[in-house]
Parts: sequence; C-alpha cells; structure tokens
Amino acid sequence: MHIPDGFLSTGVAASTYVVSAGGIGFAARQAAKKIGEKHIPLIGLTAAFIFAAQMLNFPIAGGTSGHLVGAALAMILLGPWTGALAVSMVVIVQALVFQDGGLMALGANVFNMAIVGCLTAYLAYRGLRLILGPTRKGILVSAALAAWFSVVIASACAAAELAISGTSPLGVALPAMVGTHALIGIGEGAITAVVLSFVLATRRDLLQVPTYSQEATR
Amino acid sequence: MKFRLKWWHAAVFLILVVACLSPLASSSPDGLERIAEDKGFIDKAQDAPYHVIGDYVFPWIHNDALATILAGIVGVVIVLVLAYAVSRLLRAANRGSQ
Repeated sequence: MHIPDGFLSTGVAASTYVVSAGGIGFAARQAAKKIGEKHIPLIGLTAAFIFAAQMLNFPIAGGTSGHLVGAALAMILLGPWTGALAVSMVVIVQALVFQDGGLMALGANVFNMAIVGCLTAYLAYRGLRLILGPTRKGILVSAALAAWFSVVIASACAAAELAISGTSPLGVALPAMVGTHALIGIGEGAITAVVLSFVLATRRDLLQVPTYSQEATR
Repeated sequence: MKFRLKWWHAAVFLILVVACLSPLASSSPDGLERIAEDKGFIDKAQDAPYHVIGDYVFPWIHNDALATILAGIVGVVIVLVLAYAVSRLLRAANRGSQ
C-alpha cells in the first residue's frame, strides 16, 4: 500500500509528514530507553527481514497482489515504539533508494504502515492476549489476528488520505482498500505467525512477548 | 578459534534466502495500485524525480532475476546497517544522558 507521489494533496502530504516526524521522534526516545545490548542485532535483523519479505508479493484474488507490511511482527519482536522505528526505516529506504512509495507521500506511508500499523497491532495484540491466554497457541493466534487488523486499519488510513486529497471519494476508496486488504491481511497474519513460531521455538528469550504476556496475565 | 553457530547466523541465512526468492514474487499490481487502476486515478501517479534502484531492479544487469536478487541484497544490507547503527546510537545517547 505504498502511496506514490501525485495521489495526495499538498496539505495531506505536509500534515502526515509533520505527524510522522513527531511520531518517529517520540518512538526514538521511547526506544532509546528500552534498547539493551542484545536488542541491537535483533532490531537490525528484524528490519532487514521485513525489507526482504516486503519484496515477496503474493497473489490474492483477481489479479491483485499483496506483501507483508511487518508492523505486527516488528511490534511483537521489538515492542511498539522500537517496532515503529524499525518499520519507518524500511519505508524510508524503500522511498529513497528503491522509488517504492513517493517522496512527497513518505510521511503518509510512514504514518500508515509504521505508526498506525504498529500501534494498531499493539492494541489488538494486548486485547487478544487477554482473551486467548498466554499459551503458545494464544500467542500465535493473537499475533496473526493483530497482524490482520494492523493491515486493514492502515489501509483504511490510506483510503482516508486519498479521500481528503480529493483523489478518490471515501465511499469508493474505503470499501475498496479495506476489502482488498482484508484478503492481503490473511497473508500478513500467516507470515507473522510462521516467523513468530520459529522465534518462539529457538530464541524465545529475545522476544518482547514474554514481557507483555506477564503484564497481561498479572 | 572454533566456529560456533549463533542464532543470528540462521537469521542472516533466512533473510538472504528470502531475498533470493524475490524474482518469484507476483508481478500483479498491489492492492492500492489495483484500486487506482479500477477506480481510474492511476494516471495521477507521478514518476520519481530520480532513480537509484527503481522498482527493485539493479541497473546495468541484464538478467532480470539476478537484477532483482541483487537489488534485494543491497536493500537488506542498507536496512540492516541503518537499523543497527540507529539503535546503537540511541542506546549510546540514552546511556550518555544518564
């Protein structure tokens, strides 16, 4: 859902730039407090994995494709703010080096995928974990559903930005974006759960998950 | 010195495998592109003012699959180094301020 240049009005592009710059600044301050020595390689590797996985478009119905956003995965591995920072770096490199997503639209893309994506995933994950419990199955199902939510809500934000910009009316853009991304979100959920199950099996101690699950079950 | 396999070796290997799979990616338009085509606003899209590794195809390489894999590996290295460096700087800044 990388928005190219030309789809957003100057007002929407500028205001999302301001919000995203503030969001990244806040995320960086929060992340700085949380980052320990052992997290540093994990942050690099998570961001690198998300970049590589975002290149792998998978087909969904009707000649359309989608790819991982990775916000939920980053949030669970790194925590919401460090996760948002990691996804922001991926989206910024994609725009600057690979011309994926416009330069003027970069603020909106960071806002939708990194900030809204990670925060939605965080809230959904926290809520679902309370219902589904701290078991391995509970973690994986919560992660998959949170990943689905994060993609759908991020796409709704993109639709709203298109509508405010006068590119496509909300009544057209919102159902189309949400409907398509409800399908793409299934792939997002599946990939998130598979990667997470690998990490749970090998280096559970690296996860931010146990911290959150302890809080949630207390 | 004895070589011992660490978790991050496996992670780097997995990431490189994913990057090498990139030529297999679906070339269909993504969700937003498809909607822009269907709803008739795709023409509003403007091309980037410059291209470095545009569209994930490494320039000057004539084999498409190889050009995509190279673009993927370059991107992985850039993102890895950037995210590693930023987190190291943030940690250093936080420790410095305490």
